[in-house]
Amino acid sequence: MTRLTPGFADPVLDAQASFRAILEAISRPGRIRTIDARITPPAPLCSAAGAALLSLADGDTPLWLDAGDRVGEWLRFHCGAPITPDIGRARFVVACGAAPSLDALDIGTDEDPQLGTTLILQVAALVSGDGWRLMGPGIQLENRLRVVGAPTDFVAAWVRNQALFPRGIDVLLCAGDSIAALPRSVMIAEG
Amino acid sequence: MTQTDTPSSQAARQKWMAVLARASARELADRLAALPALPEAEVLRAPETGLVMVRGRAGGDGASFNLGEMTVTRCAIRLGMHIGHAYIAGRDHARARLAALLDAALQDAVQHDVVMQAVVAPLAAAQQEARAVEARKAAATRVDFFTMATMR
Repeated sequence: MTRLTPGFADPVLDAQASFRAILEAISRPGRIRTIDARITPPAPLCSAAGAALLSLADGDTPLWLDAGDRVGEWLRFHCGAPITPDIGRARFVVACGAAPSLDALDIGTDEDPQLGTTLILQVAALVSGDGWRLMGPGIQLENRLRVVGAPTDFVAAWVRNQALFPRGIDVLLCAGDSIAALPRSVMIAEG
Repeated sequence: MTQTDTPSSQAARQKWMAVLARASARELADRLAALPALPEAEVLRAPETGLVMVRGRAGGDGASFNLGEMTVTRCAIRLGMHIGHAYIAGRDHARARLAALLDAALQDAVQHDVVMQAVVAPLAAAQQEARAVEARKAAATRVDFFTMATMR
């Protein structure tokens, strides 16, 4: 039987606040932001990933997710977003377990690069100050970000993703209520 | 969703949701106050107002067209294991909340009969009566065009 939990307590203000946090995370790649969303999405979805989906997903954005039926039902109820089994057609891909290969996702076209998929990757923890070296637009010199629980071949896949610019995949890394973004323009080097 | 699976239970739910959607906030609140207290409810989707496009078909089976937009307020409330929904015309949030709460209570087998008797049945009777009065008023002014045609 269903056991749905509520979404945002104040749909307008909470969605605006978490949209703002996502925007700041994307404009400063690798900087960790906190989304204070006061929501409890069904396990295994963390609150930052849940808030990001509630703010960004709607009826026009097919979702692919590996988080199970309860999360799917929760997102269908609160966002009205269709769930697709075809990962190549999804606008948002939510990965709580093993991350899917970046090569399988839709990278958009040269005419419409904004159609590239956003991967919402749930990881164990985000730590700033060591780990990967990030460079690119939005970063003055370099940002350090350690992603605990990132896929081992992620940096190699990211180099391939970066070569596709302006097409490509954007990644939102979520852990608990923290969020950090890797827009397709950022360069990642192993620390 | 999953709780209304058989066609008959779906039709019954449609009926009581229609009655609740037509009742005023005051009627709902008064009848709800007369009931024993319901278990604690959780608001899944707070009342929100938006526009819904009403579509029609000429003659009931012609090509569909957009008749116009109407203001609708919706709300979803969870009561125990049941989720009550309400879609009401207008922008009365208290009314949507009460209708959703009662819809959730009506899905619960234990409370169904009590709520049905105390709330839905009297409201349905009152709405039926109001419709009948309206129909009688309209019938009194009815013109029989066939009669006019023969009189000429």
